[in-house]
Amino acid sequence: MTLAADIAIIGGGIVGAACADAFSREGLRVVVLEAALAGGGATAAGMGHIVVMDDSEAQFALTRYSRELWDALAPELPREAEFERRGTLWVAANAAELDVVHRKAAWYRERGVRVEILDEASLRAAEPNLRHGLAGGLIVVDDSVIYAPVVAQWLLDRAAAHGSIVRTGARVAALRNGRLTLADGETVEAGRVLCATGAAAAELMPGLPVRPRKGQLAITGRYPGFVHHQLIELGYLTSAHGHSNESVAFNIQPRATGQVLIGSSRQYGDESVGVNRPLLRRMLARAIEYMPRLAGLSVIRAWTGFRAATEDKLPLLGPAGELLLATGHEGLGITTALGSAALLSDFVLGRKPAIPLEPYLPSRLEGGC
Amino acid sequence: MPDPIRIRVDGAVIETAPGTTVSAALLASGRLATRRSVTGMPRGPLCGMGICYECRVKVDGVEHVKGCQTLCRDGMEVQLD
Amino acid sequence: MSSGGEFGVLVVGAGPAGIAAACAAAGCGARVGVVDENLAPGGQVWRGEAHPEIDRLRQANAKVLSGAAVFDAPEPGLLLAVADGRTIALRYQRLILATGARELWIPFPGWDLPGVFGAGGLQALVKGGWDIRGRRVVVAGTGPLLLAAADYFRKCGAFVALIAEQAAKPALARFAAGLLSHPGKAGEAAALRWRLRNVEYAASCWPAQARGDGALRSVVLREAGREREIECDLLACGFGLVPNAELGMLIGCRTSRGAIEVNEQQQCSVDAIYAAGEVTGIGGAELAQVEGAIAGFCAAGEPGRARELFAARARARRFAESMARAFALRPELRALPAGDTIVCRCEDVVWGRLRTCEGWRHAKLQTRCGMGPCQGRVCGSSLEYLLGWRRDGARPPLVPVAVQRMLDAGGRD
Repeated sequence: MTLAADIAIIGGGIVGAACADAFSREGLRVVVLEAALAGGGATAAGMGHIVVMDDSEAQFALTRYSRELWDALAPELPREAEFERRGTLWVAANAAELDVVHRKAAWYRERGVRVEILDEASLRAAEPNLRHGLAGGLIVVDDSVIYAPVVAQWLLDRAAAHGSIVRTGARVAALRNGRLTLADGETVEAGRVLCATGAAAAELMPGLPVRPRKGQLAITGRYPGFVHHQLIELGYLTSAHGHSNESVAFNIQPRATGQVLIGSSRQYGDESVGVNRPLLRRMLARAIEYMPRLAGLSVIRAWTGFRAATEDKLPLLGPAGELLLATGHEGLGITTALGSAALLSDFVLGRKPAIPLEPYLPSRLEGGC
Repeated sequence: MPDPIRIRVDGAVIETAPGTTVSAALLASGRLATRRSVTGMPRGPLCGMGICYECRVKVDGVEHVKGCQTLCRDGMEVQLD
Repeated sequence: MSSGGEFGVLVVGAGPAGIAAACAAAGCGARVGVVDENLAPGGQVWRGEAHPEIDRLRQANAKVLSGAAVFDAPEPGLLLAVADGRTIALRYQRLILATGARELWIPFPGWDLPGVFGAGGLQALVKGGWDIRGRRVVVAGTGPLLLAAADYFRKCGAFVALIAEQAAKPALARFAAGLLSHPGKAGEAAALRWRLRNVEYAASCWPAQARGDGALRSVVLREAGREREIECDLLACGFGLVPNAELGMLIGCRTSRGAIEVNEQQQCSVDAIYAAGEVTGIGGAELAQVEGAIAGFCAAGEPGRARELFAARARARRFAESMARAFALRPELRALPAGDTIVCRCEDVVWGRLRTCEGWRHAKLQTRCGMGPCQGRVCGSSLEYLLGWRRDGARPPLVPVAVQRMLDAGGRD
């Protein structure tokens, strides 16, 4: 039995789901092929934050554009998507970091992004469980958090309502000239094929410049009111941008349930799915440095996941050989899912995109096409 | 007959024999429900052996303590949901 | 963090299997430790009792750590436990898992009302010091545990209005007939039946609904197509037992239908790890003791003494198998939950939402089922029975612990 489609999307995580939703709303016939569970990969493992980043103009453009799309979508999302405009609070530990805060604030404000600067006292008022002696912080007021697996499923359901065919438990065994063969023998003939497989992208396309970057998280029991904003240390960017094999950064997120999500860690070279205990300890220790009272909270669960990392920290969006790519989102897959989908939808339909696609084209990197 | 010990539950004093678990003391005082579920329904202990966490209460300021696995101590402060 | 000791043989669990294992190993001269999360040895079946086996453990040359829950097995030869808010590192050369079993619940409307307890659960809470004299109790579900629990409640001065056993009369009759080949058991059973002679016992009977406003007031039971309602203060219900295999799974031991697989020497698929008792398959206290002793002798390097017990183990296993056949859960019970019946109590997820999910992981991600403090032990086992969903492997922490505990290394970094 052969399925036919204008576009076949391999990967039913948040990025694949967003693409399926975008393409199907344009009237394209879409088939989504997800090897396991919708939203079951990095989408499920990650923190579900929506943040406007300032580490480069290209990153800023994509994250800001995508955040706007999330804000527009939010009223339609179900309650279980847990969309909350918590804001991101970048924490400055000392005077030097507070200078960085001021520079960041100016940079964001120049570009029309609403931020607030906190000094030591107003930081304590905003987040009483942070330790004393921190210098201040920057709140990016309109950043949000969502519970991504539910949103991925919702986007796929909406795509299906617009005529998309969504197959889960459907692994692609072979791919050539627009014909995909699944592990169970079924075939799909597609005008175009979009690869949104995340950290596994290089399995499908050997040589693709995407490396799995392992992360770990822990979640606590319910402690409503313990933390209000998403908290990130300024050193997070060093961790995210660095190429060192292992790094941790303080990153805490309040969930709608009142649970506290504790991150973050990054690691190359360990592809086992088990918890890496020494790195987990470093991550928890870092978190306690910033929020000592975390030490007494009850941890219910710890888990791992794999981000799709590229050399320059920007995703791969656009053509690569016969394929289209939507991968390499590292820690910003949730944030930029909607923006990625919109850019790719414009590309496929030959429309002018809201922001330039060039910085994210795979051709910019060796092995990217 | 050993001296009873006294614990406080939401401020009210309960007397109990030494060696009694917090859950047993609460149940004996007529409190079959000791917490609220995430949607606000009254709940009490189920498994009696530390697995289900339905018996959890705040003890001496610490949240999520299993009442069925904790012995009453003279002067203990218990807070229910 | 402190060191709890270094042991030649470390036993996890101080129930019948764990006690037998520890005593056997200690008797061979091994350096034995026992770590148990309950407040005192005895497990569930001898909770709060002055059982001779508990004395034997006390007199054995074994270090017993009570009130200590194992939460991680970070590397071979090391377990981490939490006791009194502190981390304890336990090092071992051989490990014996005797972590026992927990009750299985099939959710039915109202089962989450205060006043509804497990069958063993209510027994444990009463043993914890709750006087239930004069209360009206209904006991329901399946298995010999119901009779033992009802007997205990009766001894405590409660009035047991009914024992509702889901198994059918023919199955129970076959089991009773089978008891004749286990004379000791037949005598016990007869004595128990005599003590319960004034308690109504209904076969092919199970709870359809627990009713009450904020607390239990009555139970509606289904029997032979009819329903009857019994007013009561307390409902003690349990539908059998499931192994507590999580620590074994974390260590990487192979499991089969939720139980840890063992060979003749009670060895697991992972080197230096043994298992005994309910965690290897539900079989009752007597089987647990024999398996525990075999594991203890083998772990202590005396397989000859273990071999002497093989025949007793085989007999006890036959009895366990006939029990399992008699009390197998009937398929009608899969219809017990209604659409709005809570299945995951930690997160208040209802049956109607879950039965449309594709599997355990899908349910976890989409509904939060299994994402609460019980870590899926209650709902996961229910869903395994209701929908055949197998749960995924175990990760640390095995039980919720403070963040600080997870910081305590214990290892050599």
